[in-house]
Amino acid sequence: MAEAEVKLLGTWSSPFVLRIKWALKLKGVEYDFIEEDLQNKSPLLLKYNPVHKKVPVLVHDGKSIAESYVILEYIDETWKENPILPEDPYQRAMARFWSKFGDEKFLPSMWKFFISQGEKREEALVSASENLKILEGELKGKKFFNGETLGFADISLGWIVDTVSLLEEIMELKMIDEQRYPSLSAWMKNFSDFPGIKDSFPPQERMLTKYRTLREAYFATTRGTN
Amino acid sequence: MATAAKGVVLLDFWVSPFGQRCRIALAEKGVEYEYKEENLWDKSPLLLKANPVHKKIPVLIHEGNPICESLLIVQYIDEVWSNNPLLPSDPYERAQARFWADFVDKKVSECWTRLWKVKGEAQEEARKDMIEDLKLLEGELGDKQYFGGETFGFVDVAFVPLSAWFYTFETCGNFSVEKECPKLVAWAKRCMERESVSKSLHDPHKVYEYVCQLKKKLGVD
Repeated sequence: MAEAEVKLLGTWSSPFVLRIKWALKLKGVEYDFIEEDLQNKSPLLLKYNPVHKKVPVLVHDGKSIAESYVILEYIDETWKENPILPEDPYQRAMARFWSKFGDEKFLPSMWKFFISQGEKREEALVSASENLKILEGELKGKKFFNGETLGFADISLGWIVDTVSLLEEIMELKMIDEQRYPSLSAWMKNFSDFPGIKDSFPPQERMLTKYRTLREAYFATTRGTN
Repeated sequence: MATAAKGVVLLDFWVSPFGQRCRIALAEKGVEYEYKEENLWDKSPLLLKANPVHKKIPVLIHEGNPICESLLIVQYIDEVWSNNPLLPSDPYERAQARFWADFVDKKVSECWTRLWKVKGEAQEEARKDMIEDLKLLEGELGDKQYFGGETFGFVDVAFVPLSAWFYTFETCGNFSVEKECPKLVAWAKRCMERESVSKSLHDPHKVYEYVCQLKKKLGVD
């Protein structure tokens, strides 16, 4: 039997890798998963992503594609079943817009809130909450960002479902509550119940330890300077 | 948005390389549009309505629908007007084009944001990063006529507006783009032979003048 024609280089915890796994699962594409150690990058990773040296990297028939949203578009164009992006150009632009918003605005604002202390933490909370309100506003009335079925924007924003809950547990506060964010709360449930998504999230306990450790490390470096 | 019911409107700012990407793409496709210059220190109600999330230019309004983020706008233009395609048809080639356009934004634009705002060691680091990133782009160009190969394409549209900023990068960063990346300079000259590019880009000295004024305004120096 020939070597698997599709390989995915990634890590067990990366939300960017997870979104690729979701897309491949939705399309019914079989692949080999190669776990990378980012503290000790493999020759394979350096060969397939020499520019950024990051995961995820998709390798298809020996050719590599890097950057998660680029990979998602490639997957959608290569395997036509269960399209992730809509057909209408304006809807496609919207899907890409919300994916970008998630990565470039919401994610950094959540992270900043997670690792900040004191006054900076208050500012960061305001910023993260504003971004949550924007997402809530975009969802209103819809089951998914893509409409009736899960799509590109949902896959890109799916990291919210488990990661925000993790951060909430560590910080001991509720950010996405049903009262303030009814649509987002419903979306989180719809997303995690979707076939193929349900049991795909990385092990919670392992994630909790990882993020707790990361947070402690950040606090340690800023201790005494706050 | 009655005025834009059927037509194409571009909300833009004269020197913005991101806006210029859209102008070039529209020109390549031969699309007629209304250009609206925005005052970024006094944003119009139309801009705030069209882009409530980021409140930034460029915004393309087509048949009343606003599209934001320059590379998303260029892809939209490419998908709606299918003549002179900017993205290739092969999925792998398309992925490579998207990757390098993203690289221009994630790396070169990011470097630039540091280069003009910081001094000393931080600026030295920004300069090194900028040169490294430009060299990577030059490596990707190789001996091709354009990043798109024989035809002017998506990465060319994404990157060429920044060529009007080379003089500013050089002056702020104290290096020579021609010396470090001669193929990039030659490529930029070739692109300027296209009307879509020459009519969209401004004189590099005008760009530098603008940055100097901006620095004064923001108290950076």
